[in-house]
Amino acid sequence: MTNHIKPAILMLLFFTVLTGIVYPLAVTFCAQIVFPSQANGSFLGSNEQPLGSELIGQAFNRPEYFWGRPSATSPVSYNGGASGGSNQGPTNPVLIDSVKARIKALRDADPSHSEAVPVDLVTASASGLDPHISPAAASYQINRVAKARHMSTDSVRELVDRYTESRQWRILGEPRVNVLKLNLALDQRLK
Amino acid sequence: MTANGLLQIALYFVALLLLAKPLGVYMAAVYENHPVFLKRILATLETGLYRLSGVKPEQDMGWKDYAAALLWFNLFGGLAVFALQMLQAYLPLNPQQMGNVTIDSAFNTAVSFATNTNWQGYGGETTMSYLTQMIGLSVQNFVSAATGMAVLVAMIRGFQRTHADGIGNFWVDLTSGTLYILLPLSFVLALVLVGQGVVQTFKPYQTVPLVEQGRVGNAVLPTIDELSVGGHEKHVPTLPSTQTLALGPAASQIAIKQLGTNGGGFFNANSAHPFENPTPLSNFLEMLAILLIPAALCHTFGTMVGDPRQGWAILSAMTLVFASLLFVTVGAEQGGNPALTALGVEQSVGVDQSGGNMEGKETRFGIVNSALWATATTAASNGSVNSMHDSYTPLGGMIQIWLIQLGEVIFGGVGSGLYGMLVFVLIAVFVAGLMIGRTPEYLGKKIEAFEIKMAAVVILIPAFFILGGTALAVMVEAGKTAVANPGAHGFSEILYAFSSAAGNNGSAFAGLSVNSSFYNIALAITMLIGRYGIILAVLAIAGSLAAKKTVPTTVGTLPTHTPLFVMLLIGTVLIVGALTFVPALALGPVVEHLSLAAQHLEQ
Repeated sequence: MTNHIKPAILMLLFFTVLTGIVYPLAVTFCAQIVFPSQANGSFLGSNEQPLGSELIGQAFNRPEYFWGRPSATSPVSYNGGASGGSNQGPTNPVLIDSVKARIKALRDADPSHSEAVPVDLVTASASGLDPHISPAAASYQINRVAKARHMSTDSVRELVDRYTESRQWRILGEPRVNVLKLNLALDQRLK
Repeated sequence: MTANGLLQIALYFVALLLLAKPLGVYMAAVYENHPVFLKRILATLETGLYRLSGVKPEQDMGWKDYAAALLWFNLFGGLAVFALQMLQAYLPLNPQQMGNVTIDSAFNTAVSFATNTNWQGYGGETTMSYLTQMIGLSVQNFVSAATGMAVLVAMIRGFQRTHADGIGNFWVDLTSGTLYILLPLSFVLALVLVGQGVVQTFKPYQTVPLVEQGRVGNAVLPTIDELSVGGHEKHVPTLPSTQTLALGPAASQIAIKQLGTNGGGFFNANSAHPFENPTPLSNFLEMLAILLIPAALCHTFGTMVGDPRQGWAILSAMTLVFASLLFVTVGAEQGGNPALTALGVEQSVGVDQSGGNMEGKETRFGIVNSALWATATTAASNGSVNSMHDSYTPLGGMIQIWLIQLGEVIFGGVGSGLYGMLVFVLIAVFVAGLMIGRTPEYLGKKIEAFEIKMAAVVILIPAFFILGGTALAVMVEAGKTAVANPGAHGFSEILYAFSSAAGNNGSAFAGLSVNSSFYNIALAITMLIGRYGIILAVLAIAGSLAAKKTVPTTVGTLPTHTPLFVMLLIGTVLIVGALTFVPALALGPVVEHLSLAAQHLEQ
């Protein structure tokens, strides 16, 4: 039985070198040549002055910006260094209170609006970094953003439409709006 | 369900079943030592490795010898991961200067990755250095998967051989699985994932200024200039003006994490994290990778025993159970949370939103892709997530727990799923034998007392540790204080944790704070016995079968490739799973479902 100790150690060393060093280095090498932007985090803007990653959402609270999904990361929302969801169960009173507060915040920011709120706008995402909202959640906020920016709702809607992504290959996933890109476009910082 | 939802699910099944056949046949060729293309290229590397480590590849091992080699290898693998975590602060490739991991957490994680569980009591981007992730966790992702596949192949040899002493050579099976199956598949998948936006870099975490600066509500945000002189502590420390994004060599690890039914995320949010799973296409491929090898191994089995219909029968049984439970999950999640409807939340599905229970789910995946992933990852013992299972509706969550409790045999882990299912096959033919009064046979082997005893061990080990562990945890203070959600849901969190550990799944109702000595140690023991106890029993069955003669098929032999047998097999799995676990499930998800329904009945 002890005759297996030597092969066990040497095999482990070999596979550590092969799958733990050679393999990730080979993937990194190829990835940095073929997909340099994606491999490094899909940052918007220039290398010297990145505007954020198009894949990672940011916190928006002011009325003139579109708001993203609520984020449960700690100690601050949209913490890119510590992802995670709320893990609140469906009957948890804390979840119910949080949703109430989020609905109130949305209504306070736009008192003229009293329709039912799209669910993704008041529930925390799984990663806490969700860069997207549903097109319904974007539509819900157009009135508020237009008013805060003294723009016409039509011109805001036009921008929303431009940053609405359909399903990948028209089949996969769900239609969605990239909140960071849309807000950068509103600020005219996106070329 | 919407037409598009059905289409996405159909596409998934078609891709899975189309790819499984050729991959399964290829894997059979690899394990039967046929000169496949890759083997011819890497032959010198392989023989060099054997010579270096003193392995004689032609030497057949008896089942005890095979088990000993496996256990030594896994022991050293676990020790290496443990040591790396305890020393990572002093080692290179640690740009975020992560400290050493606490001893109980390091022990839990070492066991978790060696056993192919990938239970994570820690958060990846806040705990592990790049080096630990690469040469500790990634390596175990490969070799723990190859270990499971090796045990399966050894068991298949038990059916193939007659009057044989040996069931193969562990070192050769381990090397074949890693070198010719897992490594090439992972390399291709990793590169495609990077193309979709999964990060693969050794740069430190990147800090960017936030777009929204200044006033938030009534609080005053510091400007970037104030931040840079360190003045922010005096202002409002909770409202930052920058965001730091975790990066790392993630794609290479994510590819094998999905393919090897490992499931341990590079980041805390696992495949919900946009850097780990950025697009619907990356999501589709990662989901496909969860079930690909477990499904393909059914064909490997059929090919190796010389009767492809036997592989098809098992694959059909797995697919039928999986598909039925999938539709329950999708239905439950699409239905949404009645407590939110009452508050004025729009949860119905439409062209511009997926609706449903979106707490803990990502917009790009919506309901269908979250539910599909959750069902696949718990059917297989993968355990990666693209949504937070803790926030599922009571019924959606119950399906996840039950799929794990069925013994991780509906696809299950790579290798481990099929060897577990073959144990259920033995029980099914034994039950059928009792009904018709004949000695049970499977593939020409008489199934006798020894095999059935070992099969009982395989079924009893997880049942004992799931129910016993949960009972222990709800009795001690250290078990109860970890619960995040009140009421029945808190019980479900604990039940899920022990099911996940015993089934070597690794997913969680993650609200449970498991990074404590009690859970780290209790779950590590559960993972160890849930993995190696079952492997020992399976190898014992393999050894016993290999030594038997093959009896000829007669008109009295129960055919095991017919729809009737598929139904018998499904019935065996479901009845064992239901009888063992329904009482426990009744205390958690069922109670929660009924209370939720009762509260909102009048609305």
